[in-house]
Amino acid sequence: MQRTHRISAFAATAGLAIGLMATTAFAQTTVRIAWYSDGNEGEVVSDLLKRFEAQNKDIKVALDQVPYKAITENLPVQLASGQGPDIARVVDLGGVARYALDLRPYLKDASYWEKNFGPFLPWMRPEGDSSAITGFMTQLTVTGPFVNKTLFEQAGIALPGAKASWEDWGKAVKAVADKVQAPFPLAMDRSGHRFFSVAVAEGAKVFDDKGEPAVIDDGFKRAAKLVYDWHNSGVMKKELWGSVSGTAYRGANDEFKNAQVVLYHSGSWQIAQFDKTVGDAFDWVAVPSPCGAGNCSGMPGGAGLVAIKTTKNPEAVAKVMDYLASEPVLSEFYARSLFVPGHLGIAAKGLDYKDASPQAKAALKVFSDQVAQLSPVAYKLQGYVNNRVIFNAVISRLGQAISGEGTLDEAYKRIESDVAQQIAERKK
Amino acid sequence: MAAAETKPRRDGAGGAGSLAAPLALLMRLVDWPMRALQRLIGERRMAYVFILPNLAFFSLFVFLPLLINFVFSVTGGAGLFPSERPFVGAQQYGYLFDCGSFLDPSSCREDHFWRGVANTARFTIFQVTAMVLLSLLTAVVLNMKIRARGFFRAVYFFPVLLSPVVVALTWKWILQRDGLLNAAITSLGGERILFLVDPGWAMFWIVFVSIWAHMGFYTLILLAGLQAIPADLYEAAEMDATPRWRVFWRITLPLLWPNMIVVIVLALIRGVQTFDEVFVLTGGGPGTATLMIVHYIYETAFANQVQNFGLAAAASVVLGVVLFALTLAQLAASRRKGAA
Repeated sequence: MQRTHRISAFAATAGLAIGLMATTAFAQTTVRIAWYSDGNEGEVVSDLLKRFEAQNKDIKVALDQVPYKAITENLPVQLASGQGPDIARVVDLGGVARYALDLRPYLKDASYWEKNFGPFLPWMRPEGDSSAITGFMTQLTVTGPFVNKTLFEQAGIALPGAKASWEDWGKAVKAVADKVQAPFPLAMDRSGHRFFSVAVAEGAKVFDDKGEPAVIDDGFKRAAKLVYDWHNSGVMKKELWGSVSGTAYRGANDEFKNAQVVLYHSGSWQIAQFDKTVGDAFDWVAVPSPCGAGNCSGMPGGAGLVAIKTTKNPEAVAKVMDYLASEPVLSEFYARSLFVPGHLGIAAKGLDYKDASPQAKAALKVFSDQVAQLSPVAYKLQGYVNNRVIFNAVISRLGQAISGEGTLDEAYKRIESDVAQQIAERKK
Repeated sequence: MAAAETKPRRDGAGGAGSLAAPLALLMRLVDWPMRALQRLIGERRMAYVFILPNLAFFSLFVFLPLLINFVFSVTGGAGLFPSERPFVGAQQYGYLFDCGSFLDPSSCREDHFWRGVANTARFTIFQVTAMVLLSLLTAVVLNMKIRARGFFRAVYFFPVLLSPVVVALTWKWILQRDGLLNAAITSLGGERILFLVDPGWAMFWIVFVSIWAHMGFYTLILLAGLQAIPADLYEAAEMDATPRWRVFWRITLPLLWPNMIVVIVLALIRGVQTFDEVFVLTGGGPGTATLMIVHYIYETAFANQVQNFGLAAAASVVLGVVLFALTLAQLAASRRKGAA
């Protein structure tokens, strides 16, 4: 009888131990990603992560798809309070950099990252850090114009050439709009980033010799005057830049899709969306960045996938990042999302955008070619940690001048003081 | 007779009956400690014990945030936690009130704050005046014996049930370049009007939409007040052949005055706090033509890259002082009327 009890006790203990071991074996670490989408990239990354989970049973990836505004406004507060996700897809790379995790101790091969993401890594580094690896670019964007070619054809006006200036384009689109009764000859996103693509082309230097912001110079003024005059002459309509206050973003996607815009100055991230939504309603083309007095540069930019330092699972986070940044996975991601690659190896080999229409493929080529035209000033501004301070001040004050609340000179003074005040506040 | 009416039912039928036994048990359980507590602290102090749960709730969700807000308003920097923020005293208030002339926002360091103040004042004056008058008119009409009175009461109250964002989006579709209103205007041969791009029109429409959305609530309060006026007063006036306007002026308005004060003060407070509808409808534009104080606070705290919580908190304190003054005015007006 006693022996039976002993056997039962042994069996029960062994069962419990095996159960516990099994539980431990299947215990999952959850990695949470905050992700926003411009097009279909949310679906694509979701697919890729399912494959990752199948290969890594011990890691569960929770992909929180959130609106863009949640990334720009709510995420910084979450991160400051230590309650953020483990990984986030962000556009304000400099603003989020101070919350970013240096992945180097956890990565399989840090040199792979340095080799392939090298030029973009400084954009995601905290101020003063010159070596951390905190993430990679899920897309490299380049600003540039989309043109409704059908409207040009209907008006019987030829498209300006590859080296045409902003003024040339302004005149051409106004002539087209007048002829075909299109309400918006030229639309530009209400975004500091987009404005600076014109400003840099016009020769804006943005920084002084010490590398400190010196936003207002002749190049900047030329661009501001151009945009201001366009609003007065009807080339641009006040619905975007003049209709809202402060830092509010306004795009003209819907107007472009509805063939109301002749030229829409936006950027490469719109390709997938236009490919899907415009379809064969009209012919649209991306054209090289128009030239200004300084050069023919646009602005680089994009969204980075950044690891967050408050994560409790840095090893698992690094594993997810290593997987997503690996060449085959990232190639598939860029190709299916129709993004300009932010991976030097992939860019050098070239990508086959299998799912893209001929229009989208052509547009992708135009934007990819533009990367070589980007001015060093544009790269420096994109990598500047307080760039959104500058962008926001410009949108807000230029918007006021455009809507008739003061002169351009007043706007310049306000831009300088807004930038100085905000940077001083951050340094306190 | 009265005793018979208030005698509790003992048949156990209905929800109240089935709850009586457990409630009685609960009361018996609470009774002993409460009596002991009353003996200990005295009958007068027991009132504080009863309001304690609500006070705790208010302290946690109202007074504590107020205190935290004040602490933020005397700190600077971009840190989130008070411990990460340097004490700057009244500097943020100094920034807000650093003005060449308070009548010229462009002479102020924080010009957007003062533009917000000016716009909020203009909006509140127009909106409250128009809304109180229209609510009064609507309440008087809905109090008459008109056909389909119940239907009209529901119709006027319906917008109150809608979310402010839904209201603003609906009107945006009506007012935008290719919206319903412009479609109607152009189909009648008129010129398209950019209602949300012209500063004058934008202010007009945010006042209009706000009245449309909230008038039902104030109409309801006034309607309740109208129905509380004794009918015999009107009958006496009718027997004296008093003109209608005189009846309104001498009977209706004086007796409705307590309700009017409530409506005016509630509308004033709501007007000063306006944000959501305007934010969605005009985004504070064109330029800053419809930028309100609360919108300024939101922009300063959350929309900028450097989230200036200190300045936003200082502006919130200033707004709080204005609202507090309005509430005191309401109390004073109510007391004066009560005393009269």
